[in-house]
Amino acid sequence: MNRSGLLSAVAAVALLAGGSAQAQVAVKIGVLNDMAGLYADISGPGSVVAARMAVEDFKAAEKGIKVDIVSADHQNKPDVGSNIARQWYDQDGVDVILDVTTSSVALAVNEVTREKKKVFIPSGGGTSDLTGEKCSPYTVHWTYDTWALANGTGTALTRQGGNSWFFLTADYAFGSALERDTSAAVTKAGGKVLGSVRHPLSGSDFSSFLLQAQSSKAKVIGLANAGADTTNAIKQAAEFGITQAGQSLAGLLVFSSDVKALGLQVAQGLVLTEAFYWDQTDATREFSKRFAAKFDGKMPTSSQAGVYSSVLHYLKAVEATKAKDSEKVVAKMKEIPIDDALFGKGSVRADGRAIHPMYLFQVKTPAESKGPWDIYKTLATIPTEEAFRPLNEGNCPLVGKS
Amino acid sequence: MANASIAIEPPLGAVKREPRGTAAFHRLIFVGLAVLLLVGPFLLYPVFLMKVLCFALFALAFNLLLGYGGLMSFGHAAFFGMASYISAYSAKVWGFPPELAILSGTVVAALLGTLFGALAIRRQGIYFAMITLALSQMVYFFSLQAKFTGGEDGIQAVPRGRMFGVLNLANDLTLYFVVAAIFMFGLLAIYRIIHSPFGQVMKAIRDNEPRAISLGYRVNQYKLTLFVLSATLAGLAGATKAIVFQLASLTDVHWSMSGEPVLMTLVGGLGTVFGPIVGAAVIVAMQNYLATLGAWVLVVQGVIFVVCVLMFREGLVGLAARLLKRPL
Amino acid sequence: MFTIFGIPSAALFGQLLLGLINGSFYAMLSLGLAVIFGLLNIINFAHGAQYMMGAFVAWMLLNYAGIGYWWALLLAPILVGLFGILLDRNFIKPMNDNNTKRSFVMVITSVLAMVVITYLGVNPSLGFAISVGIGVVAATLWDRFGPTFVALGDQHVDHLYGLLLTFGMALIIQGVFRNQYGVSGLPYGIPPQLSGGQNLGFMFLPNYRGWVVAASMFVCLVTWFVIEKTKLGAYLRAATENPTLVQAFGVNVPLLITLTYGFGVGLAALAGVLAAPIYSVNPNMGADLIIVVFAVVVIGGMGSILGSVITGFALGLVEGLTKVFYPEASATVIFVVMVLVLLVKPAGLFGRAQ
Repeated sequence: MNRSGLLSAVAAVALLAGGSAQAQVAVKIGVLNDMAGLYADISGPGSVVAARMAVEDFKAAEKGIKVDIVSADHQNKPDVGSNIARQWYDQDGVDVILDVTTSSVALAVNEVTREKKKVFIPSGGGTSDLTGEKCSPYTVHWTYDTWALANGTGTALTRQGGNSWFFLTADYAFGSALERDTSAAVTKAGGKVLGSVRHPLSGSDFSSFLLQAQSSKAKVIGLANAGADTTNAIKQAAEFGITQAGQSLAGLLVFSSDVKALGLQVAQGLVLTEAFYWDQTDATREFSKRFAAKFDGKMPTSSQAGVYSSVLHYLKAVEATKAKDSEKVVAKMKEIPIDDALFGKGSVRADGRAIHPMYLFQVKTPAESKGPWDIYKTLATIPTEEAFRPLNEGNCPLVGKS
Repeated sequence: MANASIAIEPPLGAVKREPRGTAAFHRLIFVGLAVLLLVGPFLLYPVFLMKVLCFALFALAFNLLLGYGGLMSFGHAAFFGMASYISAYSAKVWGFPPELAILSGTVVAALLGTLFGALAIRRQGIYFAMITLALSQMVYFFSLQAKFTGGEDGIQAVPRGRMFGVLNLANDLTLYFVVAAIFMFGLLAIYRIIHSPFGQVMKAIRDNEPRAISLGYRVNQYKLTLFVLSATLAGLAGATKAIVFQLASLTDVHWSMSGEPVLMTLVGGLGTVFGPIVGAAVIVAMQNYLATLGAWVLVVQGVIFVVCVLMFREGLVGLAARLLKRPL
Repeated sequence: MFTIFGIPSAALFGQLLLGLINGSFYAMLSLGLAVIFGLLNIINFAHGAQYMMGAFVAWMLLNYAGIGYWWALLLAPILVGLFGILLDRNFIKPMNDNNTKRSFVMVITSVLAMVVITYLGVNPSLGFAISVGIGVVAATLWDRFGPTFVALGDQHVDHLYGLLLTFGMALIIQGVFRNQYGVSGLPYGIPPQLSGGQNLGFMFLPNYRGWVVAASMFVCLVTWFVIEKTKLGAYLRAATENPTLVQAFGVNVPLLITLTYGFGVGLAALAGVLAAPIYSVNPNMGADLIIVVFAVVVIGGMGSILGSVITGFALGLVEGLTKVFYPEASATVIFVVMVLVLLVKPAGLFGRAQ
């Protein structure tokens, strides 16, 4: 058994060009996510592609930074994830771990990173606890979090007249957190919550729960679940004519890859919040087309785009500090503003939250769509200041100190 | 046929009468194993080794029940997982020192094992397996609903603490030797059980239950005792795992966790003393090395299952035992 | 309108009807499982994967060949059934016969083929399938031209091994599909003839769901009739009791057994096609279902055809009620029922005690 190459053997890619002997800093980036399971299409191998593109676009080699990228599959299991993280930090010399879909795994990696004093930049993992009670000086949370999604969808929809809600909640901690945050946003915006039903995780039949939601007569049915549960619920809501009857569906954790899987016929009208959509500006279109060329023609999801821009920001900090010392790099990341082609202007707050605008999208009808990837229209832009949980409401211990 | 019991064909390793010198040979293996355990952490990553040891103990406990009692349990995740939760909770929330945390997890697994065993041993074969599966699904449901388990986030950041107040387990190497000691204890206990008069009776029951009954043995009491022993040792493995990885989660109680020791035992050799250890080492190493392969992990695991059943039903150690003409 | 335990009766009827619809899936899947177990004595853990394949084949027929739902309903079970027969011939039978040499030839050839194909740079999923195919061909040639193999009569191979073998096959099938199609799932529409629905007053019943119940009841009835009431069924039942004797009467028992496995697998695939328009077509769709369906078979009495069908529908109803009164437990209630039944009736509700 080879001691050093345990995990990195297959995916290690040396990106240092042969000639640049001036390399002063060598960093190793680990992309850890679900490569084959429920969330593989949301981040998965695409995130590795995005990370590589970021390193190339940053021209790291020319700037004297040697970057290695490794990747692994955490199978959505916190024990597998924390194990890999530990081994990467201890054995394989990984300096920063990226992406980490699935909140439970992200929380586990957060703890390992804190213990080993390395850097953790989650993009696909969504729980707002990462910058709340469990916040860590070594973590920078990119892309989105559950609070932002709940708040975006909850507030915006309620303001637009969807002022009574019923929740279909996956029966686990993540689902109830989504429900809690959205309920708060709905109530704050003047709406009311009529009730909720909790369904077992990965149950394939939702008709019974949908019927309960229907008889509640709520204007909006909030789907506080993820992955195949959400897509199944949406599919069956269309079948039972729930959307046609005037109730609207709000996905609280839906990504463009889910919408693709459903098809516009079924998903049309669904309202959701995301941090990124490929067809927003010239810059996002240019990036997405390059990405698609390298990844079977698939446009990037927000998590994958988040990996790209978080790598850029991390490398900027490494370049500025000329070292990879975790404390200094994270401090630098919080100091320099984000000016990103994909996510716009923003910054990293004291609690580790990277802030930028979020967008409320609605899925187009098949008639409105002009191409296979033309799936969203923008309903509203949630400005940077309102998009994320206010700094003082998260109970992050780091906030009091600084 | 329908209620044909999962009577394992007498494992090739368990030859009726052990050839002379077998005990000495086993002693030799134990010494070799001890040396390996001592040298191991200096050659390989200690955390990886600790994972192997925890799962090896889990598989050994499972094999004790199936290989020597002919009882196929599909619910061992319940003991492993519940012990893991209790150990993690008591260490984190009540501030138990690691030795007490592991002990309390193990005790809970033993109690759970008594309950499950009392219900399950009334049925044989596949029905026995299904009852254990169903009961462990209920434990899963309980773990999902109960507040103290933390849902799918599990109990995280469990402190490793100081063993007996002196050994600082935050150091991987110190922890490793503690885990190795626990593993050795478990292995020796199992070896002792198998070779005790109790173990002999169990083998008799496995091979021919009606006959054992007619000889006057209280078969159900024997089965229950074996079941509780197996559950306790599985619990010991789970409780230790929680301290090593500082984490207890739903994965530990999910039904697929009950499949892990089956796979390990099958690969290593069913009904052999050392088979589960080899099986655990192979499977855990594979999971570690193949983590980058994504969905192919599933395919590779499937292929191993299929190839093992088609070609190496006796497992790796079983094969070695046949070549050496000695039970291992 | 009156209420039952605080739930309006109309809502309750709606939920019961939905339970019945789910029950029809359980019934069809457990029927296939029971047929295979009753007649082959194999616990087919690959049943969930074969159900998933049914849905995928329907999707492939539509997207690659332009063949719609109604033809898929016929073609997908046949194709997947044939695939099942291949599995039986090349994996289950050699396991039962303990024909290790044949398996050895198959595995080694597959591995060699895989090495060559990987070198050529073919799509990995396709490459894997081709390699296994080459292995199967080699093993078949070995049967024909290699040393003659004589099976040691009707030896009893433990259930455990059959279960592990089929479980392994399920993992492989799922893994290959995941690699090729990802896990988000693929869209498959409801056929236009069955879109829309009926307003029953107490609920809106999509036409398609009504069709599912009718179709599955019909299939279950026909299967039960064939096995219990026809001559072919009598042969089948006799062949499983005593294959040697039935063979002596001039019945081709191995063929009968293989066809039965193919039929059971075809039933799973049919359920898959029926499910494709309402559940998301994804590689994991059968993985969680298999445990539940397995439980249904055990509750009904292993091998009892009628038992599995009735239990399938009944548990659908029980689950439907649970979804109203204690929704979180709806995935667990089946196991509670199973423990209770097994403790009271050791051989299941309709099983023969021996």
